[in-house]
Amino acid sequence: MSIHVREISKSFGAFRALDRVSLEVPEGTLLALLGPSGSGKTTLLRIIAGLEFADEGTIEEDGADITARHARDREVGFVFQHYALFRHMSVFENIAFGLRVRKAPNAEVVAKVEELLRLVRLEGLGGRKPAQLSGGQRQRVALARALAIRPKILLLDEPFGALDAKVRVELRQWLRRLHDEIGMTSVFVTHDQEEAFELADTVVVMNHGKIEQQGSPDDVFDHPATPFVMDFLGNVNVYHGRVENGRAFWHGIPIDYPDYPHAQAREARVYLRPHELELSAPAAVANRLGTSLAASILRVVRSGPITRVTCRPHGSEQELQVDVPTEVAHRLQIILEPGTHVAITPRKARVFVPDPEYVI
Amino acid sequence: MRSKPATTAASRPLSAVLVAGALGVVGLLIVAPLASVFYEAFARGVGAWWGALADDPDTRHAIWLSLTVAPVAVAINTVFGVAAAWLVARFRFPGRSLLISLFDVPFSVSPVVAGLALVLIFGRQGLLGPTLAWLDWKIIFAWPGLVLATTFVTLPLVVRELIPVMEAIGPEEELAAVSLGASGWQVFWRVTLPNIRWALLHGIVLANARAMGEFGAVYVVSGHIAGATDTMPLRVEKLFQEYRQPASMAVASVLAGLALVTLVAKFVIERRLEAESRDLEAARSLPDSLDHTKVEGAVA
Repeated sequence: MSIHVREISKSFGAFRALDRVSLEVPEGTLLALLGPSGSGKTTLLRIIAGLEFADEGTIEEDGADITARHARDREVGFVFQHYALFRHMSVFENIAFGLRVRKAPNAEVVAKVEELLRLVRLEGLGGRKPAQLSGGQRQRVALARALAIRPKILLLDEPFGALDAKVRVELRQWLRRLHDEIGMTSVFVTHDQEEAFELADTVVVMNHGKIEQQGSPDDVFDHPATPFVMDFLGNVNVYHGRVENGRAFWHGIPIDYPDYPHAQAREARVYLRPHELELSAPAAVANRLGTSLAASILRVVRSGPITRVTCRPHGSEQELQVDVPTEVAHRLQIILEPGTHVAITPRKARVFVPDPEYVI
Repeated sequence: MRSKPATTAASRPLSAVLVAGALGVVGLLIVAPLASVFYEAFARGVGAWWGALADDPDTRHAIWLSLTVAPVAVAINTVFGVAAAWLVARFRFPGRSLLISLFDVPFSVSPVVAGLALVLIFGRQGLLGPTLAWLDWKIIFAWPGLVLATTFVTLPLVVRELIPVMEAIGPEEELAAVSLGASGWQVFWRVTLPNIRWALLHGIVLANARAMGEFGAVYVVSGHIAGATDTMPLRVEKLFQEYRQPASMAVASVLAGLALVTLVAKFVIERRLEAESRDLEAARSLPDSLDHTKVEGAVA
């Protein structure tokens, strides 16, 4: 089932949680609402579920207006952030709950619950109480319970937020495969960009109750529409410079920016991702003057497959983060240690004026 | 760490004095009076004790009245307490904190004042007196007055017990039930009530003990008519005033016995409550070290 959110606004007292948000979720999509806390992503999810009601705007399912429909009639499966399992019920009865309140015959309930226990790989644990399960298991019980009512849409609020790192990665891959198998329109909320990018077909980045950008993971990552998206997608070097005559300057290195052809200088911000900067020996780029920056290494931290190098450009107080794949770092002609002189070449930079970005 | 044994050793005489003091106070103020009630009640044997209770029709009526008034008051409190606690714990509205403070009024007002207030409202000369006279309903100096007074003084016990428990549990389980298609009553019976059952029982036991023992407010509204509006505590006092000490002590021993039963029930329920709050804590924290099964080969 497709979801169409139109111009939804919601305030809590003076706080505007959602500000005229519109969103389309096509049938069968797995969509991530990504944003910092307070960005309105959970509020939007709860409004789609009918657990919260919007001040303005409408929600449609397959073209039918369901804005005023009560949560229990929406046929939405909701997985809560802390799972909200019924503590006094067994795993079996938790999953059966939605069928029991619909007065389904016992034989049907048993068959359905057994099937779901198999689906979420919890066969034989039906008699346990939630308190006797691990976090990952509880998460899957919550999922099975939501799926038991054959929902048309699955909504998940920070589904992996409370799990430790290893279980999180396993569950997320598992959920992706499950989604591919049952193909249900699903929306999940997360503040973890890695989670959003790995799992979702469409990523929606939210901030201050508004949608900043919406698109495929590649699209959003490679073409951030706003400074916020750029910042939020992690680890980025920001340089406050100027733009004039179609060029911005980053530590004196010109970066083309034809969107601003005017002679009058304006403030601009230049964003460079650590992995889009290249390190080389100063001699190797001597003939490419004006495109690379002389700097010294301050710190080197190896973090698995990535080596993070902190540099300071000569004549500047600013620190610059450069990520080098560890494999590449081994082949470099330079010794990565504090004090080494290096040349830094940007492969890609984005300028925000804040008009649309331009990529060199 | 090194100083710890030294401190303990130094304070040993002090702690001995404190323990002895505490035991002395408890013994003198609680154990000795309670024991003397039972001693006096049974001093002439169980037969005499039973006779004092069963042979006097006024005493019989007082016991019967207490056994009917208290449960009605407790039932009213249970319904009110659950509804009020749910309102306060689940919703934010103007005047909410004022309402919570008002729940406590019966604790801070002297029961005698509460009784007088009820007389001023429901008495023959009271605010609603003419209306009640016209309806031919008798409240003050009658059974309904006793229920009203008892309900008033026990009002905070159930609601006060439930508010913190409901707030700790949070609304998520109820919302989950709604999103799974449960109606309001289904949510209440299947999710809310099982979650608060021990706290509710605790409140009920406390309210019942207080209802059985209430003297001041009931004294004012009852008119203490022997064989009609005397409850057990009123009967104890009346017998005592009439110099019928053995009979008075016999009724008193029933009330004291009830207190002991309450004590045991309270102890058992409080242990369950502690277990439940540990459960809640466990449900919030996620012990992933227990995750042995993982999700191997999840989708075939």
